[in-house]
Amino acid sequence: MAEFLSLKDAVKKYLKSGDMAAFEGFTHLIPHAAAHEVIRHGIDELTIVRMTPDLIYDQLIGMGLVKKMIFSYAGNPGVGLLRRVRDSIENGWPRSIEIEEHSHAALANAYEAGAAGLPCAVFRGYLGTELQRVNPNIRSVICPFTGEELAAVPSIRPDVAFIHALKADRKGNVLIEGIVGVQKEAVLAATYSIVTVEEVVDELDTHMNACILPHWTVSAICKVPGGAHPSYAQGYYGRDNKTYIDWDPIAADREKFQAWMEEHVLKQGPDVFAGRIKGLEVTS
Amino acid sequence: MTEQDFTPDEMMAIAASRALSNTDVCFVGIGPPSAACNIARLTHAPDITLIYESGTIGTAPDVLPLSIGDGELCDTALTTVSVTEMFRYWLQGGKITVGFLGAAQIDRFANINTTVVGDYDNPTVRLPGGGGAPEIASSSQEIYITMKQSKRGFVEKLDFFTSFGHGEGGDHRARMGITTKGPTLLITDLAIWKPDPVTKELTVVSLHPGTTKERVQQTVSWAVRFSDDLQETPAPTEEELSVLRALKARTAAAHAGNRVGTA
Repeated sequence: MAEFLSLKDAVKKYLKSGDMAAFEGFTHLIPHAAAHEVIRHGIDELTIVRMTPDLIYDQLIGMGLVKKMIFSYAGNPGVGLLRRVRDSIENGWPRSIEIEEHSHAALANAYEAGAAGLPCAVFRGYLGTELQRVNPNIRSVICPFTGEELAAVPSIRPDVAFIHALKADRKGNVLIEGIVGVQKEAVLAATYSIVTVEEVVDELDTHMNACILPHWTVSAICKVPGGAHPSYAQGYYGRDNKTYIDWDPIAADREKFQAWMEEHVLKQGPDVFAGRIKGLEVTS
Repeated sequence: MTEQDFTPDEMMAIAASRALSNTDVCFVGIGPPSAACNIARLTHAPDITLIYESGTIGTAPDVLPLSIGDGELCDTALTTVSVTEMFRYWLQGGKITVGFLGAAQIDRFANINTTVVGDYDNPTVRLPGGGGAPEIASSSQEIYITMKQSKRGFVEKLDFFTSFGHGEGGDHRARMGITTKGPTLLITDLAIWKPDPVTKELTVVSLHPGTTKERVQQTVSWAVRFSDDLQETPAPTEEELSVLRALKARTAAAHAGNRVGTA
């Protein structure tokens, strides 16, 4: 049952050291504010899962909070590689992390299997690739009807799923529009879910097939305007591409990275995000 | 090389765009494939269906997206589905006629590495990983690849098999149980390559204007095969060049124009 909480209280209540956490958002609606809150709490030994780890996973890993990352594409979209992720994998700084690497098809299927309450996902994939050599969680099953060998991966059942959505109504029903990614699947697959939203409204004012998470599927709702920045929120504000580009040289240098995190994350709170979208608002 | 009024990158994007048709349903990779697909849409293939893995179907962006999930893609799409649906119904379901991929490393049988340079457990460079490519490579009806040539990229032996092309050549794909055609075309900044019908080894079938066989060989780590019927790629037309340059200019303005970020 959705409870309206401050982001600080929601993170404190639901996420603990050693948990598996999913922060989902496929370019759109990436839960930056939530990830920064987790960093401020210093909750560590996390297993983090995400199809497309980008800046927030670079930051969580660079701050030494991550034990293991499950992923399918780790890059700064359109910019390049993730410097903190690389430093961890290539040099063990600030610590080594374990990685479990998949393809997008596998993780999308694994979230869906998690939402569906299944132990594993079955799909046609990994044909001729080498990922199964390095990831023992990529296995196969034989179709009992046709004999076709299909790929199988474990379903994803996070302890906590974090997503950012457009809005919630006062009961806590949540609306996601635009590129919806795998957020619905991630929330339904997780034990707990924390949803940051742009606004809380009387009526969602939507259409009959909209992507809605009923209030009883969500643990906590936190109003954090701008909470996806520098990602975007359809109809609210655009993607701050320059921040993605500017991130590269910051992340490339350990000291610059630490100074940036101190200044822009550790010393701040969720309220700062509302100011970060100034000038990016959708006006039409 | 003689002086030309277009760059090798422009020739690459335009040559790649020509390979697409109006009836294609194309799963678009980010970067060079995205440029090529949108030039096709803005020139000879206005009705092409462009699909990005973020779930946008039938998208017609005014500027090239920086990421695979920019709002521009969703705003201009016929419909946007979940990423799960995208991979299950539309890709795995066999609805994609052409998967258009880029690559960090490629070998002579068009296998692709986008995972690591060096050893997987102790990499020299940790690349982003496969993303959608492993299944795009096996589930699309055929694959086009576009990338710039360099010895670092065109390697004798891949450091990692991220996406299966023609494996060791010949009927290796079929022996793996893969029923789709796989890579049928490679467009670079210097040439157009196609797999040999029998051996499946990539063969240069067309040199871009001003390029020589020697130049192609200098940027490839294996001994390059050239077609007996080697062609010259037609130079970009004025229309193609103006469409490409306008698209690039709009894109640069849009991506730089967003206000100063916090990072």
